[in-house]
Amino acid sequence: MAFSARLNIAYSDFTLDVDLTIPAKGITAIFGPSGSGKTTLLRAIAGLHPKDLYKNGQGHIQFGDQIWQSDTDFLPTYKRPIGYVFQESSLFEHLSIQQNLDYGQKRIKKPLKPHERDHIIDLLGISHLLTRPADKLSGGERQRVAIARALLLRPRLLLMDEPMASLDFARKSEILRFLERLKTELKIPLIYISHNAEEVTRLADHLIILDQGKLQQQGPIQEVLANHKILNSMSDEPFTLLFGTVITARTDHNLTEVDLGDALIRIPHHEVKKQAEIRLHLYAKDVSIALSRPEQTSVLNIFDCQIDTIEPPTENGQCLIHLCLKNTRIQARVSAYSCAELDLRAGQQVFAQIKAVSIVQ
Amino acid sequence: MGFSDADLAALWLTFRIASITTILLLIIGTPIALWLARTNSRWKGPIGAIVALPLVLPPTVLGFYLLIAMGPNGPIGQITTALGLGTLTFTFWGLVIASVLYSMPFVVQPIQNAIEALGERPLEVAATLRAGPWDSFFTVTLPLARPGFITAAILGFAHTVGEFGVVLMVGGNIPGVTRVISVQIYDHVETMAYSQAHWLSGTMVIFSFVVLTIVYTFNRDRKKSGAGYGL
Repeated sequence: MAFSARLNIAYSDFTLDVDLTIPAKGITAIFGPSGSGKTTLLRAIAGLHPKDLYKNGQGHIQFGDQIWQSDTDFLPTYKRPIGYVFQESSLFEHLSIQQNLDYGQKRIKKPLKPHERDHIIDLLGISHLLTRPADKLSGGERQRVAIARALLLRPRLLLMDEPMASLDFARKSEILRFLERLKTELKIPLIYISHNAEEVTRLADHLIILDQGKLQQQGPIQEVLANHKILNSMSDEPFTLLFGTVITARTDHNLTEVDLGDALIRIPHHEVKKQAEIRLHLYAKDVSIALSRPEQTSVLNIFDCQIDTIEPPTENGQCLIHLCLKNTRIQARVSAYSCAELDLRAGQQVFAQIKAVSIVQ
Repeated sequence: MGFSDADLAALWLTFRIASITTILLLIIGTPIALWLARTNSRWKGPIGAIVALPLVLPPTVLGFYLLIAMGPNGPIGQITTALGLGTLTFTFWGLVIASVLYSMPFVVQPIQNAIEALGERPLEVAATLRAGPWDSFFTVTLPLARPGFITAAILGFAHTVGEFGVVLMVGGNIPGVTRVISVQIYDHVETMAYSQAHWLSGTMVIFSFVVLTIVYTFNRDRKKSGAGYGL
């Protein structure tokens, strides 16, 4: 099943013009700088824009075989099978937390069974908040209630507009953990806005990149982010996102072994299960280059690579080097001085020493 | 010395007119306030101005035009005559219609302010939670803007109680039908019955003071809801 949207929305000073198709499963991240039209797109999917905003009535949204919007039809928001989590707290202040959760429940045809409700409430860790008034909750608690309220609608598609934008780091990682559990336990497709590369690379299966109201890229995250140029535009610090499978959860030396497909990488022990699919961040600053295989070194992971391209040096004397590790592409940042000293050239065989790698999932 | 029978009749009449007017105004004023709060139409300015006109017009001007409109040759008068109701001038219902127009801004504006202060977001949230427009009006807009509605009702009632110029023009001075408190006081003063005038006037002062105290106390507690009237 797929979700598709073809939209042309014109404000006086901004136009959103996109045509996208994504699988209606897993997590899709909409990524882009401020003002790129992320929220406009998400609101359009939810049907929150007035109809006259669509240029020449142009808009077509289809979820599976259900048409939400076409040239002739417009399914109002309250009839779309969605759950929507707004960027800021959106709890009804005149209702208690329990009443907030019940508000949508009462309005769907088949409300959840008590044990299903309890499961969601437990999943989000809000059972101790139910009797409190909405204005007595912290920002993180409010967002968790808002997410639970959306999930209790039995949505066929969940939409979230930067639900963590206003939260501090601790709250953010708390919600991120919940979203990960959502993905594995509830299996509701989620379209999620973010301008945080860390979050996106941690959660998303599918990526939509917007810029100035136009679609820059869409596709599975592996494919989109294989392009270093896109990846580096997302973050100040260049990195590579690696996907791997855990082969050994804990070796005798307290290491975790991960198969990257093209190489085996050993990382400090993490609480992961054997066969688990995990994602790793490999920062360019943590990769150094040697011309011969280093021996008698403390570095655990040394890969045989070929230099693909070398970017011109930056003002502070650093070169970004793109490497091919068989079919996997990684990047290394070395000083322009070393680059010249070692006489690095495209096509050359080198050894990449991985000093650190961090697990993101 | 206390209230005479005529005074009590005037008090009762005033109470009836003000109550009916308030109920009608909440029914008529709410959709107008909703529209004014939400619309981007170019008619927002002119319609808002028409609603606010009684704030600045001398009541006699409003009364004068209503007298003509409801009279036998006026548009309203012709309709009511055609319907077999006769003309509404110098009747109870004529006075109610005049009061509705006269007190309109005092009801529409607090409701409009409260709804504007709410913003679109609560309604969008309600829509994503499967609530249709009517549903969300009653379960979200109404409870969240309640202070605005209460302020509107109190001010609409109190302002109708206090009218004089419009009553005199449209309703005249018919005991039990159009002779409201303000007119009764005027009569007492005309006939030099100062102590009677004192009783009624003092009652009005206390009534108005209590009403405004309630409104101000209420609005101070609810400042956030934007229900204030800006008196």
